[in-house]
Amino acid sequence: MFKTYKAQAWLLLAPALILLVAFTYLPIGNTIWRSVFGFGVQMGNQASPENYARLLDDPVFWQVLKNSALYALITVPASIFFALSMALWVNGKIAGTGFMRLSFFTPTMLPMISVANIWLLFYSSEIGLFNAVLGWFGVSGVNWLGNPDTALYSLMTMTIWKEAGFFMIFYLAALQTISPDLYKAAKTENASSLYIFRRITFPLLMPTTLFVFVNALLNSFKLIDHLFILTKGGPNNATNLLLYYIYENSFSFFDTAYASALTVILLLILIVMALIQFGVIERRVHY
Amino acid sequence: MNKTLTLLSSSIAWVLALLWIFPLLYAFWAAFHSAEYTTNFVLFAPLELSNFEKAWSQAPFMRYMFNTFAISILTLAGQLIVCTLAAYALARIKFRGRAFVFSLIIMQLMVTPEILIVENYQTLAQLHAIDTYLAVAIPYIASAFGIFLLRQSFKSVPMDLENAAKLEGCSLLQIIWKVYVPLAKPTYVAYALVSISTHWNNFLWPLIVTNTENSRPLTVGLSIFGAPESGVDWAIICAGTLISIAPLLLIFIIFQRQFIQSFMHAGIK
Amino acid sequence: MRTNIKKLLTLGAIGLSFSALVQAKTELTMYYPVSVGGALTKVVDSIVDDFEQENPDIDVKAIYAGNYNDARVKALAALNSGQPAQLSVMFSIDVHELMDLDAIVPFDDVISTSADRQWLKSFHPALMENGIVNDKTYGIPFQRSTIVMYYNKDLFRAAGLDPEKAPSNWQELVEMGKKLTKKDSNGNVTQWGAMIPSTGYPYWMFGALTKEKGHKLMNQAGNKTYFDDPKAIAALEFWKDLGNKHQVMPKGMIEWGTLRQNFLEEKTAIMWHSTGNLTAVKKAANFDFGVAMLPADEERGSPTGGGNFYLFKNATTEEKQAALKLVKFMTSPKQAAKWSIETGYMGVSPAAYQTKELANYVESFPPAAIARDQLKYATAELSTHQSGRVRKLLDDAIQSVLNGQQDAKQALTSAQKQADRILSRYR
Repeated sequence: MFKTYKAQAWLLLAPALILLVAFTYLPIGNTIWRSVFGFGVQMGNQASPENYARLLDDPVFWQVLKNSALYALITVPASIFFALSMALWVNGKIAGTGFMRLSFFTPTMLPMISVANIWLLFYSSEIGLFNAVLGWFGVSGVNWLGNPDTALYSLMTMTIWKEAGFFMIFYLAALQTISPDLYKAAKTENASSLYIFRRITFPLLMPTTLFVFVNALLNSFKLIDHLFILTKGGPNNATNLLLYYIYENSFSFFDTAYASALTVILLLILIVMALIQFGVIERRVHY
Repeated sequence: MNKTLTLLSSSIAWVLALLWIFPLLYAFWAAFHSAEYTTNFVLFAPLELSNFEKAWSQAPFMRYMFNTFAISILTLAGQLIVCTLAAYALARIKFRGRAFVFSLIIMQLMVTPEILIVENYQTLAQLHAIDTYLAVAIPYIASAFGIFLLRQSFKSVPMDLENAAKLEGCSLLQIIWKVYVPLAKPTYVAYALVSISTHWNNFLWPLIVTNTENSRPLTVGLSIFGAPESGVDWAIICAGTLISIAPLLLIFIIFQRQFIQSFMHAGIK
Repeated sequence: MRTNIKKLLTLGAIGLSFSALVQAKTELTMYYPVSVGGALTKVVDSIVDDFEQENPDIDVKAIYAGNYNDARVKALAALNSGQPAQLSVMFSIDVHELMDLDAIVPFDDVISTSADRQWLKSFHPALMENGIVNDKTYGIPFQRSTIVMYYNKDLFRAAGLDPEKAPSNWQELVEMGKKLTKKDSNGNVTQWGAMIPSTGYPYWMFGALTKEKGHKLMNQAGNKTYFDDPKAIAALEFWKDLGNKHQVMPKGMIEWGTLRQNFLEEKTAIMWHSTGNLTAVKKAANFDFGVAMLPADEERGSPTGGGNFYLFKNATTEEKQAALKLVKFMTSPKQAAKWSIETGYMGVSPAAYQTKELANYVESFPPAAIARDQLKYATAELSTHQSGRVRKLLDDAIQSVLNGQQDAKQALTSAQKQADRILSRYR
C-alpha cells in the first residue's frame, strides 16, 4: 500500500515536473551551455567562447546593468510605499473608499501595452499633457522621454502607477486579519497613530511586505512591455533594461550566444535575490 | 491638530485616487472625441463614435479577443489540472525527495518563463509549435504559484474526510476531485482570477511566439496597431485600447467587490 | 480482365488529374511591415485580392507583422519553425543579413525569360542600390520612400516668407527656421522652425545629412562603414547646431512617432519625414502645406528607404514561380500607381508615373512627385552585415551627441571603431 502511494506521488507530480524541466531547468542548462560554447547565427560556424569577454567589454551592457539596478532600487520601495499608504487609506474611514479602491486597482487590470500608449501622449514634449500642465506655471519643453536624464525616471513613474494598486490588495488582505482588539488596547493607552503604526501595524504586516517586496523586485526585472511603446530602450540606451537588451540581442540581432550570456547574468541576479530572500530576510520576519 | 492631520491625509488620498484613475478617464475622453480634441480640452466638445469605427476596421479585434480568450482559458485549464495533482502529492503523500521537489518548484517563482525567452523560443521552434495557442500557454502551465497556493489549501483539509472517502472505496483521483477540490474552492477562484488577468495582459512571450492573426492576442495586436512608427493617432489608439480592455473592465466593475475579495484570499497571510 | 485494368487505369488517371487540379492551387504566405500612418493593411489586402482574382490557382496569405524589425523577425521565425513563408516584404537594408542567414535567393535564379530580365531593369535605378549584391538582384522595390521636407505654407505666409519657396540649402533652413520660430511672452517656444526626428530611424535622417555633405556611410559590399569621416562629423554637428546654436529646432530628442502630430498641430513649420506619410498628412492637415526636396549643403540628397520583396530559399520551384508572379503583379505600373496614390510611397518604376491614374494624381497634387524627383540625388540607405547591431551603434552615437553627452567626433569615432570590430570578419 505504502509503496503504491509513493509511485502515485511521482505520477501525480509527473506532468508538473516534465513541464518544469522542459521550460525551466533544461533551458537554464542550455542557456549556460550556449553562453559559453554557442555562437550567434551570424558568427560563422566556429564556437567562440568569448561571449563573456565581450560582455565585460560592452559599455551598453554596463549601462543596462546600471539602469536595471536603479530601476529596481527606486520602483520597488516606491511601489511598496504607495501600496501600503493606499491600503491604509482604503481600510480607513475616509469617505469614498469604494471609489478609491476602484481607482487604485484599475491600472492593474489594464495591459501595460495599452497604458503605455496613453502615457506616451502624456509625456510627449510638444503636445503632451504634462508639459501643457507645466505650461500654466511657465515651464515648457521638458523632453520627458527624450532626455537621458529624465527618461528612465519617467518610465519608473509609470511603473509605480501600474504596480502599486496590485500590491495594495495584499496589504488590504493583511490589514483585515489584524485583530481590532489590538488597536482598542492601544487607544486606551492613548498611543499616537504613528506609534500604533510603527509598533503594531507595520510589524504585523512584515510577511506581506516581504511577499510584496519579492514580487516587486521580480517584476522590476521581468516587466519590460512599456519599453516597446515608450522608448525602445533609448535615447542612447538611457532606458534599456537587462531583459529588453536580451530580447534585442536575441530577436533583433539574432545573436543568441550573446543573449545567453546576458541571460546567465540575469539568472545569477535572480538566484542571489532568492538566496537572500530565503536566507536572511526570512529569519527576520516574525510570524 | 489630529483633525487637520486626518483631513490632510484624506485629501491626499483623494488627489492620489483621482490621479490614479485619470489615464483611464483620459482614454475615454480621447476615444469619444474627434482627434482635434485629443490635446485640447473643451468641456462640451461633441461626442462621437467614429474612432471606434476606424479602430474596429483597422484591426481584427474580434479575432484578437477570441485568441486572448482561448489562450487564457487554455492556460488556466492546464494550470488547474497540473497544479492540483502536484499540490495533492506535495501536501498529502510522504515520499523521499519531497522537500527537494518542492524547492525545485518554488525556484520557478523567481525564474519565470519570461527570463528564459531565448531558449524557450528555440524549444518551441523545434517542436514546430510557433504561432499556436499551445505555444503561448505551455511554459506557464506548471505554475509554481498555483502549486504553492493549492498545497497550502489542501493541507488544511481534515485527514478524516480523506479517510472516510477511502472507506467508501474512492480512488485517489476521486478523493482529490470529491474531497479536496470542493473544499479549496475559494483558492481556485482566487487563483483563476489572478491567472486570467495575468495572461489576458501578458505581452512579451506572446509577442515572441505568435506570428499571425491565427494566435495573436490583444496585447500584441494592440502593440502593432498602435506602433509609434506609424505615427501615433491617439484618438484611434485610445478607442482600440478601450475595445480591448472592455470585456475585462466590464467584468471587473460589475464584480468589483467579489473580485477584490477573492484576490485578497489569494494573498499570502 | 483487360477491360478491368483499363477501367482502373482510366479511373486512376482521372483521380490523378483531379488531385493535380486540387494541388495546382499554390499557397503563398507573405509577411509585410507597415511603418507609416494610415490603414495601409487595407491597401495591401485589396491589391492581393485583385491578384487572386486574376490568378485563381494561387492563394496568397498576406500577414501584417508590425514594423520592419517585427516583419523580419516573424518571417525568419516562420522559416525556422517550419511554417510556410515563400516571400516577404522586409527592410531593403536587411539584404546582407538575410544572405548571411542563407534565407533568400536572388531573383536572377528564378526568372527565365528575357522579358523577365527586362523587368528587373524596369525600376528606378536608385531604388535598386540596396537590393543588388555581387551583381545579383535580391530585393525588388515595393514600399519605397525617400525623406522629404513637409512645410506649412500658412505659417510661411504668417512669417512673411514666400510659401512657394521652401529652404533649398542648409543656410536657408537656418534663416527661415529662425523666422518661423515663435515664442510667447515668457520666452517659451510655441512654434518651432523645423523638426528632424531622432528616434526610430536616426541613422536614416543622418544618411540624408551626410549625403548632402557629399559623403556615403558605407560601401556596397556592406563590410565597411565611414562614420568618422570629417564630413560625417560636420553633418552631425550641423544637426546638433539646429537645436543648440541656431535654436530653430527643439534640443535633444524628437520623436519619430509623434512628429506627424506635431506638424499637424502646427507645433513645427517644417518636418523631415518619410514620403510614405504623405497621404496621411494630406488627409489630416487643415492648413495649406507643401512638400519639397531636402535642402542641399554641398549637394542635394536623401537615402532611399523602405521595404523590398525578397524570395525565400526554401520555397519549392512552383512556389517560387508563383511568388515571382505575385511580386511582378504588385510592382506592375498599374498596382504601383495605386499603391503610391493610396500611401504616398513612390511609384517604383518610371512606367508607374506614366499610368493615367498616377499622372493625373501628380498633376492635381504635385507633392506626390517630389520623392521621385529627388531620386536623382538619392543614395543607398545604411546597409551592412549584422545591420541591426551596426545600425544601433550609429543610432546611439547620434542620440548621445544630440543629447549633449558626447561631441560628434568622439561619438562617431567610437561608433566606427566598434563597427570595424563587427565587420572585420566579413572582409
